[in-house]
Amino acid sequence: MSNHRHIIYACVALSLLALQAFAQDAPPPAAAQPCLACHGAQGQGLAAAGHPRLAGLPAQYLADQMSAYIDGRRTNAIMAGMAKSLSAEQIQAIAHYFSALSPNIAPSPPPTDLAQAALGQQIAMHGDWAQGIPACFSCHAADGGGIPPEFPPIVGQPAAYIEAQLKAWQSGARQGRADDLANTLMQNVALRMSEAQIKAVAVWLAALPSAASNANSKDAKTKH
Amino acid sequence: MPQSVQLSLLFALAAALAVPAASAEETKPAANAAAHTGANFQPPSEADIPAGEFGDMVRLGRDIMRNTPKYAARFVGNQLSCANCHLDAGRMAGSAPLWAAYVSYPAYRAKNRKVNTYQERLQGCFRFSMNGEPPPLGDPVLVALEAYSFWLATGLPVGKEAVGRGYTDLQMPAQAPDYSRGEAVYKARCALCHGEDGAGRRAAGRTAFPALWGDQSYNWGAGMGSIKNAAEFIYANMPLGLSYSLSAQQAWDVAYFMNAHERPQDPRWLGGVAATRAKFHDSEYSLYGLSVRGRVLGDTGAPKRRSGKDEALLNE
Repeated sequence: MSNHRHIIYACVALSLLALQAFAQDAPPPAAAQPCLACHGAQGQGLAAAGHPRLAGLPAQYLADQMSAYIDGRRTNAIMAGMAKSLSAEQIQAIAHYFSALSPNIAPSPPPTDLAQAALGQQIAMHGDWAQGIPACFSCHAADGGGIPPEFPPIVGQPAAYIEAQLKAWQSGARQGRADDLANTLMQNVALRMSEAQIKAVAVWLAALPSAASNANSKDAKTKH
Repeated sequence: MPQSVQLSLLFALAAALAVPAASAEETKPAANAAAHTGANFQPPSEADIPAGEFGDMVRLGRDIMRNTPKYAARFVGNQLSCANCHLDAGRMAGSAPLWAAYVSYPAYRAKNRKVNTYQERLQGCFRFSMNGEPPPLGDPVLVALEAYSFWLATGLPVGKEAVGRGYTDLQMPAQAPDYSRGEAVYKARCALCHGEDGAGRRAAGRTAFPALWGDQSYNWGAGMGSIKNAAEFIYANMPLGLSYSLSAQQAWDVAYFMNAHERPQDPRWLGGVAATRAKFHDSEYSLYGLSVRGRVLGDTGAPKRRSGKDEALLNE
């Protein structure tokens, strides 16, 4: 009996929590439902599997990535299939939905390998100019929170995702449109990075807090 | 410039232009600004900054370079940082490295017609490039920058022209620099970061991409106001990470375009734009006081006095 009561209490509590969540965020558009399985119910990603967060990313950036999967500038069989099934309106709805979510993501634990952490921090904050590698933060903002819409946040993403993307730029599996300077810049940087640098910067960035994401902040949108 | 260097530049350029951007492996541009300078001096590694009072001063100098509005707030009148034009915090050859400057002073400068100490040279940076107030000689800001420069120059002979000093020599353009061609280059290769309006962009409470003209940029007295200096800097350093990817002509054109916009008044203002041009800008490389697109550049009246204190609060 008391077990049952506990279960009922738990159900009531969960319902209240769910209601609260419902009150805070609009429900996802129907087209966004399939995204949640891999990118999390709050668009927070799935770090263990290397699935990136979508929450708080600039809407224009998200929409552009979907079109990149459709026209082959980014290659991922699952994402290409998903994106191709969507209309332009659905893509916009999905992009705006996730962009508006708060990126409330617990950072990965700090790197345990201190030498690797130091290398990651050096690349992210100051680059390796001898190899022509600018600091990540010179384009993705001093806190890694991004400068919308062209420069996405690079904090609050799983290390595995950051590593995979840098390697995708190296291999050409991730590309921009021919006249896309932002992509040329990124591809150029990736091609100059060593395996050790890529791993180090991915681990270091993943351990940074994402709360200061600039995707929706006034600061980043306002030009002085 | 020796002919062999000119030739190799031409070939590098031709190669960069001939191969489509998609095949990134073949089009890798020069690694950095140093690549075409012939410089082989390596400043010491940051990890080797010594402990103790001297090392602390060196570190402060490095920090001032990277975030000048924060670490030298009292003397800064815009939102630029030294490292915007001295890449890699003053370490990069072909990007006006501090180690090369350090061993070149004291020296006579035509700009102020006297022998300048290194600190006096640094004062000029604050007055013009930072559109601020020169720190008094001996101020910790100047001591820190001097200590950092001295440390960077470890092992470099003094009084000998250091290879890699200043910006890389650039051949004169085949065609006179042109506003419209420069505008096209700007839109394609610069506006992404610096904005269509040249005002740069801010994020995370600080400058992300520096302003190239307007109130928050360098003033008319700065070295970068020279189309030649600007073209040399751009050619070797811009877009960031894509050194030597523009043609010499493109660099000259876009430098002209950038410096054909309004910016803070020259602090040496003599009460009129014509008089100020005659005394300080009598050069084919300065557009100050000239009419471009129907407007006389620099005809904006006396310099506005800035309160360094207000700026400091603004940047907190």
